Amino acid sequence: MELVCPAGNFPSMKAAVTHGADAVYLGFKDETNARNFSGLNFNDSKLDKSLAFARDHNVKIFIAINTYPQPSTWHKWQYAIDKAADLGVNAVIVADMGVMDYAANKHPGLHIHLSVQGSATNHEALSFYHRNFNIKRAVIPRVLSLTQVSKLTQTSPVDLEVFAFGSLCIMAEGRCHLSSYITGESPNMSGVCSPAKSVSWKNTGDVLESRLNNVLIDRYAEDEHAGYPTLCKGRFEVNGNTYHALEEPTSLNTLSVLPQLHEIGVKALKIEGRQRSPAYIAQVVQVWREAIDQYKQQPEQFKERSAWKQALDKVSEGTQTTLGAYSRPWQ
Amino acid sequence: MKLSLGPVLYFWDRNTVFDFYEKIAETPVDIIYLGETVCAKRRYLSTSDWIELGHKLKASGKEVILSTLTLLEAESELGQLRKVCQNGDFLVEANDMSAVQILSEQQIPFIAGPFINIYNAQTLHFLVKNGMKRWVMPVELSRHTLEQILQEAKKLGIDDEFETEVFSYGHLPLAFSARCFTARAYNLPKDNCQLICADHPEGMPLQSRESDKVFTINGIQTMSGSCYNLLSQLPSMRSLGIDVMRISPQSKNMEDIIHQFHHARVSDVDNNHDVSSDDCNGYWFQRAGMENCYLK
Repeated sequence: MELVCPAGNFPSMKAAVTHGADAVYLGFKDETNARNFSGLNFNDSKLDKSLAFARDHNVKIFIAINTYPQPSTWHKWQYAIDKAADLGVNAVIVADMGVMDYAANKHPGLHIHLSVQGSATNHEALSFYHRNFNIKRAVIPRVLSLTQVSKLTQTSPVDLEVFAFGSLCIMAEGRCHLSSYITGESPNMSGVCSPAKSVSWKNTGDVLESRLNNVLIDRYAEDEHAGYPTLCKGRFEVNGNTYHALEEPTSLNTLSVLPQLHEIGVKALKIEGRQRSPAYIAQVVQVWREAIDQYKQQPEQFKERSAWKQALDKVSEGTQTTLGAYSRPWQ
Repeated sequence: MKLSLGPVLYFWDRNTVFDFYEKIAETPVDIIYLGETVCAKRRYLSTSDWIELGHKLKASGKEVILSTLTLLEAESELGQLRKVCQNGDFLVEANDMSAVQILSEQQIPFIAGPFINIYNAQTLHFLVKNGMKRWVMPVELSRHTLEQILQEAKKLGIDDEFETEVFSYGHLPLAFSARCFTARAYNLPKDNCQLICADHPEGMPLQSRESDKVFTINGIQTMSGSCYNLLSQLPSMRSLGIDVMRISPQSKNMEDIIHQFHHARVSDVDNNHDVSSDDCNGYWFQRAGMENCYLK
């Protein structure tokens, strides 16, 4: 099972590579990738240095070109694909059919992984991308239960990569417009969700308010931990009750089901978090490397160590973790 | 300009559905999309029931399209999907790539629904080559982007090979999840949801703690809090060469709303219709979807 780790910049890539990543994924410095945040991603000079570093350590490189181009900027995606092919990376992670069509025709040797933003949740959808663009792998949206992932590994025409750890997207990726409805920018169009530039905080006496384009997302009492106002994790009113109507501020952690993920035939585990710090990457990658190695050595004796859990809980959003949709009761 | 009535996004009981379409048959909509697109557990009508209903509506002069589920996770759902795709009588609106796979592999022409991600002319071109006859633009795109996509399609020489449909009225379908938010609101597990969404024929409002209508909960689907309304944009759409305006079914005043759109298309006046201040239209003007650009 391959451990696929995020790299938002060179220090994070170094952290991922030196702490045990099998592959790193990263984006160019523009809106062609789904973490188009200021201060993140790789310009040309950083790219050369980073690719050399990863290659020296025998770590694979995937380039995320996984947003949906619109006509006025189509050429940027085309350029990104050409550049990734020139760099000889191990794969590109792509969501848009037009971009995949271009990549498959122009660079038949370039491996394409279907991005989670491509939103394929069943083997017929995967077959479409495989038949038309010869994709080698697909990253599966965080909507399937473990049983469903297991069935899909048996019927899928390509290898499957699943999210193992990190921020929890609760909607089918690639099919969520909530962010653009509130802020005008979305993962599909702009590579961002609940963008920082739309966030405002206001302290009124004992209460801290978080807003997104002026819509009240949450209100925190003094003793409450205030989280980033991701719109699906706010407290809202439904039927007269105020609660986390969509989801609590929580992170995905699948360490406890690592053996099952391996047994059902998942080929790669993805760590989310290109926007996170190098220290975070180091901590998370190290735990997952140890866990995978321990599992490989003694599968029968595998047990989630409490030190691992503590280390991961400490860096998790809202310091809570969940199995998300992998666990049926969560749904 | 043709008018279409999109699939019913809410969960209505059998009688409500049949009564609804009996009235709709008398209205001037040209195209009617039928079928359950949100949740596989909503089975008051079977695929055969929808097909039978389709034949009745066809007999009253409507173009009938069968719409597929949007989020397919289980083999049983794919089985249902194949039945819809291979119905033999009606064109199919594919709302998931699984449907595009089945239809294109068997060379059956199809319509791409609003959750097939078409954001550029290259994707449009690729799908046209694979049998797509009409597309419903993703709801978050603007007039400006649509105009560019259509210009590019013209350069590619494919502009005569497909129709364009725009979601023009109703609560916008914005997201799908594994989780059922209606069941969650009632503290019910999804596996024992008791089909509680049937109690909410127009979904459940989700408000901020300042009583702003933010979203509408509709089972595993999240919709806009406000109603999207592009009625006043009909002349603008006509000038762009849009073929179809889609009205999304609501449980109240549906015939009135259809008549307003019909009146707008048959009258030659470029009248700026009054839009309720509760409605939204931001997406069309390349703004946040929730905004109402007439109020600015």
